[in-house]
Amino acid sequence: MPVIFPKWTNWLPLQIGVVLALVGGVVTAGVTYYCTPKYTRVGYQPIQPVPFSHATHTRQLGVDCRYCHNTVDKSWFSSIPAASTCMNCHNQVLKIDPRLALVRASAASGKPIPWVQVHIVPDYVYFNHEVHVTRGISCVECHGRVDRMDEVQHAKSFSMSFCLDCHRQPAAFVRPVDKVTDLGWQWSTNAVVAAQMQRTNGVKFVHDWKIESLQSCSACHR
Amino acid sequence: MAEAATNLKTFVPPAELPRAPIVENNRGPGWLTDKLASFAEGKTPLWWWILFIPAVFGAAVLLPAMLIYQISTGVGVWGNNQPVAWGWDIINFVWWVGVAHAGTLISAMLFLTRQHWRTTIGRATEAMTVFSVMMAGLYPAIHVGRVWFAWFMFPIPNSNGLWPQFRSPLMWDVFAVNTYLVVSILFWYLGLIPDLAVLRDRATTRVRKFIYGFLAMGWIGSARHWHHYEKAYVVLSGLCTLLVFTVSSIVGLDFCTSQLAGWHATIFPLYFVVGAVYCGFGMVLVLLIPLRKLCHLEEIITPRHMDRICKLTLLSSLAIGYIYLMEYFIAWYSGDPYERWVFGHRLFGHTYWYGGWIMIVVNVGLAQLLWFKRVRQNLKLVFLIGVLINIGMWFERFVIIVGSLYQDFLPANWGVYFPTWVDICTYLGTLGAFFTMYLLFIKFLPLVAIAEVKGALPQADPEHPLGGAKGGRS
Repeated sequence: MPVIFPKWTNWLPLQIGVVLALVGGVVTAGVTYYCTPKYTRVGYQPIQPVPFSHATHTRQLGVDCRYCHNTVDKSWFSSIPAASTCMNCHNQVLKIDPRLALVRASAASGKPIPWVQVHIVPDYVYFNHEVHVTRGISCVECHGRVDRMDEVQHAKSFSMSFCLDCHRQPAAFVRPVDKVTDLGWQWSTNAVVAAQMQRTNGVKFVHDWKIESLQSCSACHR
Repeated sequence: MAEAATNLKTFVPPAELPRAPIVENNRGPGWLTDKLASFAEGKTPLWWWILFIPAVFGAAVLLPAMLIYQISTGVGVWGNNQPVAWGWDIINFVWWVGVAHAGTLISAMLFLTRQHWRTTIGRATEAMTVFSVMMAGLYPAIHVGRVWFAWFMFPIPNSNGLWPQFRSPLMWDVFAVNTYLVVSILFWYLGLIPDLAVLRDRATTRVRKFIYGFLAMGWIGSARHWHHYEKAYVVLSGLCTLLVFTVSSIVGLDFCTSQLAGWHATIFPLYFVVGAVYCGFGMVLVLLIPLRKLCHLEEIITPRHMDRICKLTLLSSLAIGYIYLMEYFIAWYSGDPYERWVFGHRLFGHTYWYGGWIMIVVNVGLAQLLWFKRVRQNLKLVFLIGVLINIGMWFERFVIIVGSLYQDFLPANWGVYFPTWVDICTYLGTLGAFFTMYLLFIKFLPLVAIAEVKGALPQADPEHPLGGAKGGRS
């Protein structure tokens, strides 16, 4: 029988197999790392028109989240405060500070400050702030330690599995309702005790507050 | 011991009934090789081009155009809408899956039952299986609407936290059809390897040597090669035999899971398997009758072989007739008014009454002509019956799908369904793609399993007067 292929081609299938496995592995790893919301969304930190520091206002001054985001426990939507809310204090404090020029102009003209939205869910997702906040789900679960941020950044992934992780075991996340806006709160400084108390109280809260934690498609995709 | 051996030696077997040889006119192995390889080697005949050009128009123009239009615009370009949410997409899916089944049945089940006549038609019907499963697999992928999410059907870990519902038959449908495609391709290709080596060794040009040499995977026909080959072939044919039953059963379960009158019946898995095999035999008749004429294979695919396919077709038509009868009986016997309503409307309703009659008259009635030997020997008539069986079985799926959906429990939900030009052109496109692949198969690959037919020749039997070393090249 005539020889059609030279001898080195015997190794070709193995070489092709190895190359395909390597390329496939790199592509899979790359997609897993770079193409998920953990990479594409976490860390998003736009420059806001006014250099407002959440850290200063909450940690240093002790302003509650709900002073500004006052509809968060009454509505699906957590409001962005009007400039007049800022002026409640800032007509006394830092009255002529140039960093607040835009706030004063907005309060005078009624034209809103063009804040850049950081946290957003797609139009096909229905999310209700009230139902979460009034059932002991803290702001920190989705927004991270905003009380430590000078410029707000996207701290959590907001992927669908991020929502489902909590909806599949709400008892691990619920806390007393009055501690919802206390972002650094924990049951105890001792991690073992804290975990123990979360277990016992979490189950109790879920039962007492009738937390359904829906997982049907139409709970969010209405 | 010694006595027993003597007895065995003196034992005279009763005279065997003469069995007609597989290949007519006592043709030998050399003639077979020349004959069967010649089509892949010779000049392309005119009829091939006449068939190929319209087919390739469907495959390369019509089908891509329809797919681009449908995917970029949405499934709204089809006629599907509430209440008839499954239309030609699923009808054609079931139809193509059904067409595939006869190929597997002939190649795998008749192989396991040692029916040697299958060697002459096995290759051509396996090719039919492979290409029609490809066409079938296309429809579920595009009917989801957003094709770029079709990967949701597979268990791939993702940041949506989504996982397929393993209790759903639709999930298992995905696995079944994909398994079927992979195993049929492997089975088909494995059978091709010795014949590809024949083409490689006969090749005269460098390109042909290279391509067939590559595809033959270094086959040299040694005893060791044949040993492995035969083992693998048995294993794969066993797998294929199971797949004949699993694939269409799962497709049937897709329907009977939903609580819709006309679908919610335990007979459905069996119903779909029998329907699929029947439809497939129809397609085998449609493909093989012209093929044996045009490729001059009358001595190899003999009228006796066609006669046997006709008998298998007749058998499956009787089975399908029994199932139709049971469907109507159970609809009546259940006492369920909705069931009775649906089955009554299949024959005497408005808009779609003709579908029910076509299904019964063609699939059960017309096929009874095959009882008569004179009909079975008239291949033109058999070809026509094959075409009509395919149409009849298409209407069976139409009746099941549209006929059950368009008038369900609430009259407020009633509606009618008509396909749009996109539905029709997509179907024509898949037909074009199927025939394009089939014609390319005829042109470039051995369309009859050369090695297998030789194995079934009397010359292959060392005890036969023509066999062993005595036979040689005749």
